[in-house]
Amino acid sequence: MVSGVHAGHPGVPVLHGVDLELPPGALLAVLGESGSGKTTLLRCVAGFHPVAAGEIRLGGRIVAGPGVDVPPERRRVGLVPQDGSLFAHLSVAGNVGFGLDRAARRGTRVQEMLELVGLAELGDRMPAELSGGQQQRVALARALAPDPALVLLDEPFSALDAGLRAEVREQVRAALHTAGATAVLVTHDQQEALGVADLVAVLREGRVIQVAPPREVYGAPADVGVGTFVGEAVVLPVAVRDGCAATVLGPLPVAAPDGPGRVLIRPEQVRLRPGGSARVREVIFHGHDATVVVELGGTALRCRTSNTETPEPGDQASLELRGPVRFYPD
Amino acid sequence: MTAPPGPVRTQQAPSPARRGAPRALLAAAVATGALACVPLVYLAVRALEAGPGTVVEILARPRTAELLARSALLGGSVTAACLVLGCGLAWLLTRTDLPGRRVWAAVLALPLAVPSYVAGFTWIAEWPGLAGFPGAFLVLTLVSYPYVLLPVAAALLASDGGLEEVARSLGRGPGRVLLTVTLRRVRPTAAAAGLLVALYVLSDFGAVSLMRYETFTLGIFTSYRATFDRTPAAVLGCALVALAAVLTWAEHRARGRAGGWIGRGTPRPPVPARLGGFRPLALLTVAAVAVAALGVPAVSLVRWTLAGTSAGIDWAGLGGAAVATLQVAGLGAVLTTVLAMPVGVLAARYRGRTVTAVETAAYAGHALPGVTIGLALVFVGIRLVPAVYQELPLLLVGYAVLFLPLAVGAVRTAVAAAPVGHEEVARSLGCGRTAAFARVTLPRALPGIAAGAALVFLTVAKELPVTLMLRPTGTDTLAVQLWSHTGAGAFAAAAPYAVVLVVVAAVPSVLLDRAAHR
Repeated sequence: MVSGVHAGHPGVPVLHGVDLELPPGALLAVLGESGSGKTTLLRCVAGFHPVAAGEIRLGGRIVAGPGVDVPPERRRVGLVPQDGSLFAHLSVAGNVGFGLDRAARRGTRVQEMLELVGLAELGDRMPAELSGGQQQRVALARALAPDPALVLLDEPFSALDAGLRAEVREQVRAALHTAGATAVLVTHDQQEALGVADLVAVLREGRVIQVAPPREVYGAPADVGVGTFVGEAVVLPVAVRDGCAATVLGPLPVAAPDGPGRVLIRPEQVRLRPGGSARVREVIFHGHDATVVVELGGTALRCRTSNTETPEPGDQASLELRGPVRFYPD
Repeated sequence: MTAPPGPVRTQQAPSPARRGAPRALLAAAVATGALACVPLVYLAVRALEAGPGTVVEILARPRTAELLARSALLGGSVTAACLVLGCGLAWLLTRTDLPGRRVWAAVLALPLAVPSYVAGFTWIAEWPGLAGFPGAFLVLTLVSYPYVLLPVAAALLASDGGLEEVARSLGRGPGRVLLTVTLRRVRPTAAAAGLLVALYVLSDFGAVSLMRYETFTLGIFTSYRATFDRTPAAVLGCALVALAAVLTWAEHRARGRAGGWIGRGTPRPPVPARLGGFRPLALLTVAAVAVAALGVPAVSLVRWTLAGTSAGIDWAGLGGAAVATLQVAGLGAVLTTVLAMPVGVLAARYRGRTVTAVETAAYAGHALPGVTIGLALVFVGIRLVPAVYQELPLLLVGYAVLFLPLAVGAVRTAVAAAPVGHEEVARSLGCGRTAAFARVTLPRALPGIAAGAALVFLTVAKELPVTLMLRPTGTDTLAVQLWSHTGAGAFAAAAPYAVVLVVVAAVPSVLLDRAAHR
């Protein structure tokens, strides 16, 4: 879909050869910090930003590349911006039907799209009369109505209240799947990317670092940076000798040649038991569970515990590791 | 698949953040900008034709020095008077316990809507002895002080009272605080406002011509009218443009400095100063300004209209002038707005050197006194397009050049307020650039553009010098009729035109102002 794309602003390159492939019907989340180039990538695909090198193909058709620059209106790429950007002077139905021709607007397509996003009753309302979540769903219905080859969602949930976010996210995901649409969602929110997408692409400094299903990105991150970006992690510097890394948690088996490196451990891999040589320093309560910071041999470790077995600061504890750890040689 | 050639290629082919402007839009905007510059360029060409020797000779004439001295004297004295009056009134209205401050604030802003020649007519009709410097000074001060009052009052309201309180707590008396802190802070705003007044006085034709005080504008008009050789008029016109350009540049700079300061943070209104024993004096001052700026014109208009009614009003003449005014104002507003559209859209949506140049060119009218635009288009008409000389199209072009800044500002603000993101969504839904603009941005921007067109309509309806020089024979607008009757000393005959002009000028301005604040 996207191969070797370079783009940027005059004198400031932003994307350095981005490659991405997306199977039809899949939802890809592009995850990156602000400044990583994710918005530029999205604008390149939509046709609002010129591509300096490389090419972009949609369903086998080249839309941007050497000597090719299909204007946005002929790319068949639907857009769902951050704030929804509903046209305030048109009704909800008018918004959804905007991309359809006159005949299709009078047909059943608008109503179908409204039903798809669960707003069948609201066609006659004006955008100002809708809640933030409803506006986002109308924006999605509007983007899906002309049956686009690809839907782009630009941080579509970040303007919503935290409580509403999870709900709207599920509704949007369900609507995209029902419509069988291929979609790219751009976000800086790890939970959002891992929770909603079929595939996650981690973008850093204008390069794709890893593309994989959410579980793999979380469980087997491509490097330590990705690992700490997509979730909480304990990183310990180690030296490997004979397939074994010595850590404060004891020797850990790693399949790597001898040499220095770092191991990455997820907090939920560390099990806490009462009594032992580790000392509980801090307990951060989250509601559904808690993060416990313990000190062992001069190293601070974070681990996750369930509500029922939360220790108190100052308690003695022992640590037990479950599952394999990832090793990254220096 | 192309191999990525690396960042070198990226630098070789710099990719603009936003795609360049569409060619057609750019071409239309450049054409408007060029049109706005035609008078200026042609005026210079016409002046220089005579050769540098003649130009120097004309500039060195004693008459030129006299015109300059009179313009400088009038501009300087009116600006000084407006600064004192405007700042003083602004302080009284915003920072003291003056009774009825809100009502006074509304009343004292009204003279802004009175054209200078209407005010001039009422004063000279009552006291013909005022003709000359005293009359011109009085009338221009009374119609121009709101240019200082309004921004300074806004700056005082927007500034925090905390500074004054700190100064008081540090041991300074209220009088010293007023001078060293309060007025010190509004100085950039007042400076910009004062320069605007100076520019207004320098460009004014109506008041000085009725008061027969020969400044640059009237001098240019006289030499254009009186002699067959129009080279002196062209040379003086260029000199006036140069003076106005300097003032415009200075005003622009002063405003830039003032702008960085106004409205920062959330203002907390300071405790109003107690006038105490000065209260009657303050009330008297405010009332005197209101009477002079509004009362005298109102009473005079009523008196002369009644005098005219007993002699019989020329209804046919009045009706004809009203129709002519509506016609030129309507057509002028349409042409100006149409020409302003591409420039306004370009300025709102794109950046770059061409865009800046085109926008600056379109603002030329702001620095060009009406007399010079009129004169320049007379030359253009006679030399280049004799077919339209003293015909409606040339007059409309004159209005367009003069009032493009108003329309471009309105279009730019209205279009900039419509989010670019909406246009992008529309394009992703299959609309081309033009269709996206028409279906998404235009519906949102239309009220603002219409308000701009209405403003141009009103301003054209009041315009005097360009109309006087370029109007087709027989097209006598209200302003022209008022001017010629007053000039002939027929005050009773002039009065009804003044009344209709005040209605045309004041009523819609109030409505427009209300609509803008809703």
